[in-house]
Amino acid sequence: MTTTSPKLDLSGDSRRRTRERIVRGLFLAAGLISIVISIAIVLSLLGEAWTFIKGLIDEGDLGALWSIGWFPRRGLYDLRTIIVGTFIIAVIGIVIATPLGLGASIYLAEYASPRARRTLKPIIEILAGIPSVVLGFWALSFIGPDVVQRIFPTAGVFSMLSAGIAVGVLITPLVASVSEDAMRAVPLSLREAAFGLGANRATTTIRVVVPAAISGIAASLILAFSRAIGETMIVFMAAGAVGGALLTVNPLDPGQTMTAAIASLATGTDQVAGEGLAFQSLFFVGLLLFLMTLVLNWASNRIVRRFREVY
Amino acid sequence: MTAKLSDRQRATQEAVRAQIEGKRSEPGAVIFRLMLIVMLLASLLILVVLLADIFAGAWATFRDRGLDFVLSGLSLNPETAGVWTGIIGSLIIAFMVILLAIPIGVGAAVYLEEYAPDNTLTQWIDTAVRNLAGVPSIVFGLLGLAMFVTLVNGIGLGGSTGGRNVIAAGITMAALVLPIVIITSAEAIRAVPRSIREAGYGVGATQWEVIRSHVLPSAFPGILTGTVLTLARAFGETAPLLVIGVATGFFSASADASFLDTLTGPYTALPVIVFSWSRQTDPQFINTLAPAAIVVLLVVLFSLNAVAIYFRNKYEKKW
Repeated sequence: MTTTSPKLDLSGDSRRRTRERIVRGLFLAAGLISIVISIAIVLSLLGEAWTFIKGLIDEGDLGALWSIGWFPRRGLYDLRTIIVGTFIIAVIGIVIATPLGLGASIYLAEYASPRARRTLKPIIEILAGIPSVVLGFWALSFIGPDVVQRIFPTAGVFSMLSAGIAVGVLITPLVASVSEDAMRAVPLSLREAAFGLGANRATTTIRVVVPAAISGIAASLILAFSRAIGETMIVFMAAGAVGGALLTVNPLDPGQTMTAAIASLATGTDQVAGEGLAFQSLFFVGLLLFLMTLVLNWASNRIVRRFREVY
Repeated sequence: MTAKLSDRQRATQEAVRAQIEGKRSEPGAVIFRLMLIVMLLASLLILVVLLADIFAGAWATFRDRGLDFVLSGLSLNPETAGVWTGIIGSLIIAFMVILLAIPIGVGAAVYLEEYAPDNTLTQWIDTAVRNLAGVPSIVFGLLGLAMFVTLVNGIGLGGSTGGRNVIAAGITMAALVLPIVIITSAEAIRAVPRSIREAGYGVGATQWEVIRSHVLPSAFPGILTGTVLTLARAFGETAPLLVIGVATGFFSASADASFLDTLTGPYTALPVIVFSWSRQTDPQFINTLAPAAIVVLLVVLFSLNAVAIYFRNKYEKKW
């Protein structure tokens, strides 16, 4: 066997290879845009936030971050007010959404017949598709006067409670769909084993399915909390306190959240007017908000990876 | 056979059957099931009350004004105010999202699924996409305010608004929905089986040729569904627009405004109209006009969702 095989040039047409490289470069550029946007967000927030802090230091006025309330146009930037407001509303939202969302998801995953599921699931998805501005309007036109004020006559039309309830309605579908996915991912064999031991459906659900899906359920709640913290329109429209707020922990009072603080400053008379650093304070609050949701989303991802039972 | 059983035997048989079929009434299990049903029904009830309340408020407007409400522009007079200006604004924003976010998003998805080597850069892109998807929408508004408004003004499209116009809004909204486009498109591309690609390589196609004529066409229905849902999201989003200076009050667009003036002048969007009418002092805006604007918004969103479901059912492929 001394015949040498003829030399084949398998590299192909050089123009074709050039085109391949160009196309690949274009796709890479499209992929890099996400990194560019992330960096742009961090830079724009950091830049103005630093101007804000530096401005306060120059005025010798860092105490403004720890004062009687959040009145940026008057130079009072009490962070406790808006952070406490944010957490009160998010906690009310979670308290509403956890039973509703988990109840709906357990029923859909474990009890509902396939036919009932096919009808009910799209309805939950409709709820998920309702924009937050609509829920904000509903909170101030219905939840405030017709629910909260009926139960607590001392409450105003605008209160953190009515905003919190609306936020709960907003995040219920998120809890429901993420935890339903988690429970449906639990293999049938686990349920069959429980049934085989004589457990009924309720016992199987509570003792077998929910513990097996607990990482997904926990992740859904953290995601929902993160979403509640970042929600703007409902809080802006229904929690009141558009100009500013005093520090309060009573959910029946009007309150201010971090998101609403940003929105109300930005919807002033065309330009952000008022005290010198008010514009920069927007970005400082935005930075805090960005970091909080980043940590929550990271935690939810990590819980899923770390504690997920792999079947 | 049952006829031959004595009464005692029959009673035993019943007891055994009841035991096997689990007919024992266990109060705990019944209560648990009832609780679940109550929670589910409560969620559905909220939706029904919400829609009923909104539609009841909107009814008077549509009865008296009909299509005129949809086709009228902004006005301080509640008798003549309509949502047309907002529809135009939302459509321009949606168009810019299609123009910017869809090609970039699908391109990024193709890179991540087809090209990306397993290296640090790919992990960074992946992390960036997942983090961006969780960033609150109002933070994108701040990004738009700090970067895109300045950018639009810098390239001479600032117009009378100094860059706080619908072009900056479109760019901001495109950045906001980009991670969703990437994630849904990547899922659609991942669902295309390997064999389809191998068939292409087998007849000598290059990677781009395989992507162009095999992968993208096969993933197209999924990408399309994701795109339509993305548009629905962009239509309903309000908060970032408020931050980058959408007009929340009344403004009049002169009748002879050129197309460029429309793009660079003050603008509003459908959900922003809901917001600004809900803050008017005239109760008619709050009681009847705002719900009517919500109905228009919901009709747009539900139609987009219906289109997405139609595409999914019509073109969905099972490999």
